[in-house]
Amino acid sequence: MAVQILRDSSRAAVQKVVLGATKDQGGTRSHTIVVGGDAALPFHHFEGEIVNRPVIGMEVQDIVPDWPEALKNPFADVINEPGRWAQKCVDEYGADLIYLKLDGADPEGANHSVDQCVATVKEVLQAVGVPLVVVGCGDVEKDHEVLEAVAEAAAGENLLLGNAEQENYKSLTAACMVHKHNIIARSPLDINICKQLNILINEMNLPLDHIVIDPSIGGLGYGIEYAFSIMERMRLGALQGDKMLSMPVICTIGSEAWRSKEATAPVSEYPGWGKETDRGILWEAVTAAALLQAGAHILLMRHPEAVARVKENINQLMVSNAY
Amino acid sequence: MPLTGLEIYKQLPKKNCGECGTPTCLAFAMNLASGKASLDSCPYVSDAAREALDAAAAPPIAKVVLGAGPAAVEMGDETELFRHDKRFYHETAIAIQVSDNLSSEELKAKVEAINDLNFDRVGQHYTVQAIAIRHDADDPAAFKAAVASVAAATQLNLILMADDPDVLKEALAGIADRKPLLYAATGANYEAMTNLAKENNCPLAVYGNGLEELAQLVDKIVALGYKQLVLDPGARETSRAIADFTQIRRLAIKKRFRSFGYPIIALTTAANPLDEILQAVNYVTKYASLVVLRTCAKEHLLPLLSWRQNLYTDPQVPIRVEEKLNEIGEVNENSPVYVTTNFSLTYYSVEGEIESTKIPSYLLSVDTDGLSVLTAYADGKFEAEKIAAVMKKVDLDNKVKRHRIIIPGSVAVLKGKLEDLTGWEVIVGPREASGIVAFARANLAS
Repeated sequence: MAVQILRDSSRAAVQKVVLGATKDQGGTRSHTIVVGGDAALPFHHFEGEIVNRPVIGMEVQDIVPDWPEALKNPFADVINEPGRWAQKCVDEYGADLIYLKLDGADPEGANHSVDQCVATVKEVLQAVGVPLVVVGCGDVEKDHEVLEAVAEAAAGENLLLGNAEQENYKSLTAACMVHKHNIIARSPLDINICKQLNILINEMNLPLDHIVIDPSIGGLGYGIEYAFSIMERMRLGALQGDKMLSMPVICTIGSEAWRSKEATAPVSEYPGWGKETDRGILWEAVTAAALLQAGAHILLMRHPEAVARVKENINQLMVSNAY
Repeated sequence: MPLTGLEIYKQLPKKNCGECGTPTCLAFAMNLASGKASLDSCPYVSDAAREALDAAAAPPIAKVVLGAGPAAVEMGDETELFRHDKRFYHETAIAIQVSDNLSSEELKAKVEAINDLNFDRVGQHYTVQAIAIRHDADDPAAFKAAVASVAAATQLNLILMADDPDVLKEALAGIADRKPLLYAATGANYEAMTNLAKENNCPLAVYGNGLEELAQLVDKIVALGYKQLVLDPGARETSRAIADFTQIRRLAIKKRFRSFGYPIIALTTAANPLDEILQAVNYVTKYASLVVLRTCAKEHLLPLLSWRQNLYTDPQVPIRVEEKLNEIGEVNENSPVYVTTNFSLTYYSVEGEIESTKIPSYLLSVDTDGLSVLTAYADGKFEAEKIAAVMKKVDLDNKVKRHRIIIPGSVAVLKGKLEDLTGWEVIVGPREASGIVAFARANLAS
């Protein structure tokens, strides 16, 4: 019997979100990055246009992070200077975006002042031309102050700022509205809360094409399959025309993957698991590759070699497979 | 074209006996129509009806067995395109490829390394399923020798890869009872290959250059009377391969396109082993039932096998651990005691962190039906009464001298009640497992 290629038609596509702004657009970025716009399931070029490739944001922190040595080594020469660290990520490792995590703001930790945080953001903006993702330390009160100040100081840069959560989205949404940034809407592995949060943010008049979904993934071996299925359902919803599920998806790959024992335990302690170097890199890269197949648009990653391998994987997947 | 539920219903005995596990014949017919039941479950179906229905009621993707004996692995028999619609059933089998070009020492070493690909993590045991021997040498005798030596050195299933049916036939003699997969029937050799597979009752891979050629070849082989098939549409570029695999799976499930109702074999091609693993991740994710790899380093296989396990878990059933008092390290009567739920992700995150404290400790896992701490608490399955009862059940009073238990920070609210119920000192631990090491350093070092 002759083969009749089966193409599922979509009613709608994933929202496009533009990150960053060039001089003409009121910012200082050398270029902008567009994510989303997919008119089909991930990499189904044969039934819809996959207009933009998924991108990688490499993580930079404003303090020396409590990372395993394997992860700190590649950055040993720059880890004290967020600007140079970011530069290295872009120039040497080809990061599409810089993901600046302001963990130093944590009142229980380094407790950087709001001014210090703003200065760090400016330092990184000056050091690199790529668009920035900026996220607070997780302390609700402190993040309010820090992110509002960052939004104001970087007005016009069209940052991606996070995280907005169900109980705590108003001040960040307002800051993004006033100073023209994009927002990360983070929901706890729950498609209904995800949708609800997007509705709430949108009701405050932040347009849908300024929202990115963070579904709170689990890393490989630790709940990744929940995120995988929720992301698949989101993409199917978006393609069927559900506007409130149609935003691009951002995944905290690096932090989740490197939390696990499997990524870091030395072979001397776990001889049955093989050498930790490639094991750690693959733990991160496989987390990314699996979630790319579920519809990830922005991968927030850490290890340069994992980034290189995932970029190669994306290159392979972006080759057209139209019939 | 598949029959509708009503068409099937007309052929059933209409007794509504319920012995098939479905309350009515109509409901059973609907399940048959959607490929979610097998006609074998009906004890009263007539032979005539069976014949009429078998073709239509057969699962959309055939189950094909690779190997024989305890190591044998079932492939295919899948019913879904998305795991959230129900689940994926038969984990992708992973095979490692070796060449008959290797010297006998090299081959021996490689087979030993492959045999050693056994992993234990989070209470699960992972292995690879097969060794594929490929005929690259000029001398056909080299293939027979390599196959014999691999077969003698491993319990794993075998895949024999050679284009020449005569070469395969020679190598197969003597090991046919291992039921290896024969790779592959092509347009040029399919008659001889099909006969060989048929005579030895071995599964047969079918290689077509593209979907159209593959479908035609499958039809020819089926016409020869053989159906233990595995499909290779020939794509070696990742993007083309996942498109082809998706088409095969879709057509088999949504259109009951019989020519594609078999499991899929994928061969990786990337030169860098890390790239190769990511290629394999794509194939495991997108419907391959068998993936043939070249790298056999443990550090490369563990992440891949972990992903396979994650993808194939049943989304409806949380994975859980047993309710008991677990010992982490060399515990004694002075060891601290932690308590958490029996949701395996929670349990193993906590266990891993306690291990990192280097302080031998007890960890009590309370049966919460596999719910995580906060969900279980909200659902009334992780309350002070419940924890107190389990403490009693495992005789915790007599296990340690200092009656002090550490509860998850997110259920700090349980502290007072648990103290009242047990008379134990209750310490509120960190909210996240990742805080345990710092917590132990500050509170338990003595």
